[in-house]
Amino acid sequence: MRLKVLMLVASVAAFAPAAHAAVLPDDRADVLYHRYDGGGVTIDGPSLLVRKKFAEKYSVTANYYVDMVSSASIDVVTTASPYTEERTQVSLGADVLNGRTQYTVAFSNSDETDYTANTAAFDVSQDLFGDLTTLSFGYSRGWDEVRKRDDAEFSEPVDRSTWRIGLSQILTPKLMVGMNWELVSDEGFLNNPYRSVRYLDPGSVLGYAYQPEVYPNTRVSNALAVSARYFLPYRAALAGNYRWFTDTWGIDASTVTLGYTHPWGERWIFELTYRWYTQGAADFYSDLFPNANAQNFLARDKELSTFTSNMVGLGATYELPFAMPFIKRSSVSFFFDRFQFDYDDFRDVRAGGTPGTEPLYGFGANVFRLFVSGWF
Amino acid sequence: MKFSRVIATAVLLAALTGCSSVEPWVKPYERQNFADPVMTGYRDPVAVAYLNHVFEAREGARGALGGHGGGCGCN
Repeated sequence: MRLKVLMLVASVAAFAPAAHAAVLPDDRADVLYHRYDGGGVTIDGPSLLVRKKFAEKYSVTANYYVDMVSSASIDVVTTASPYTEERTQVSLGADVLNGRTQYTVAFSNSDETDYTANTAAFDVSQDLFGDLTTLSFGYSRGWDEVRKRDDAEFSEPVDRSTWRIGLSQILTPKLMVGMNWELVSDEGFLNNPYRSVRYLDPGSVLGYAYQPEVYPNTRVSNALAVSARYFLPYRAALAGNYRWFTDTWGIDASTVTLGYTHPWGERWIFELTYRWYTQGAADFYSDLFPNANAQNFLARDKELSTFTSNMVGLGATYELPFAMPFIKRSSVSFFFDRFQFDYDDFRDVRAGGTPGTEPLYGFGANVFRLFVSGWF
Repeated sequence: MKFSRVIATAVLLAALTGCSSVEPWVKPYERQNFADPVMTGYRDPVAVAYLNHVFEAREGARGALGGHGGGCGCN
């Protein structure tokens, strides 16, 4: 939990219905190694995904995912001690295809020392208008338990509900567009039991002191994304995506993603991605509160601050030129993404000086994904 | 939740329209481009899901990434 365990999308998203419902996903297995390195945090581990069809009507999916965390982030080095921990996530899913309708159920469990999350999901996807249109909707329910390492008595629940609607539309022989809307509602203990906020304290040597953060116990968010993918005249594709986000904590965010996919020969596919993200701070966020208990809700989580991030990604996939027993075809892929986060109201207190005038914080991060895929 | 009502109405209208016959204006034989791997945005689910996991961990925004959502979102 000290790690931002985040959403369970790492695995349940892998079970999302295909863009067009009337075809079940191919039988395949993936073995992935992932690594995140930035801001004093290193997270790596494996992810294994297997999908198998039966009678062209049923499909099952299983995913095993591990995060091994070593953290000395700015939050940790300023208010706690560096730590290591491991999070394991297991997800199972099943699809049923009935005519032009696909039904998907999925369950996921995530477990670490101080946090357990369970999520159940149900999705329906329907092809319409001669299969030019795919309409989907779904619902997820999550039951989490927040614990605290140094307090065996501490146990708080979080309940989560998610509603989503998706639309995919073929507009021309070269253009496909889509829309996704998702509403997430949380209730329970939503802050991190280890994190503190900073407030001015003239009696302190540093001029400031810390107290535990306090969040509202409810949050409702809306996200709406529109996307397009265009097939270029020389067999390559351009993709664009815009996502608008707002929530009851006062966070407004925009995300723009642009992608270019280019094959080379029969075996190579190269990808270039640029992503820009910006958000405004939560209403109850401050880098430095004027005094202790300055208001009813208090946060100094940099993920709730005002900031912008830029990401550039490069990827290559190579289809292996030989067959293997029980495997029709296989490929090796490598993706590298470079992130830069720049915060507008989160200061680097390690620099010292007058409270509230420290330099603004920012950091870069490298993300690697190396995986082998086999279709059988 | 006015925004939610607008979305629900749009979906209902789309569903009702589905009862009438609409002639597909892109014929099946014109759709070979969509079978090309370069047109598949979700080609490698295990890799896409991991990157979405990174976004959700570092950003305040969440959702509409194409997955099932859920989970903890602590920190």
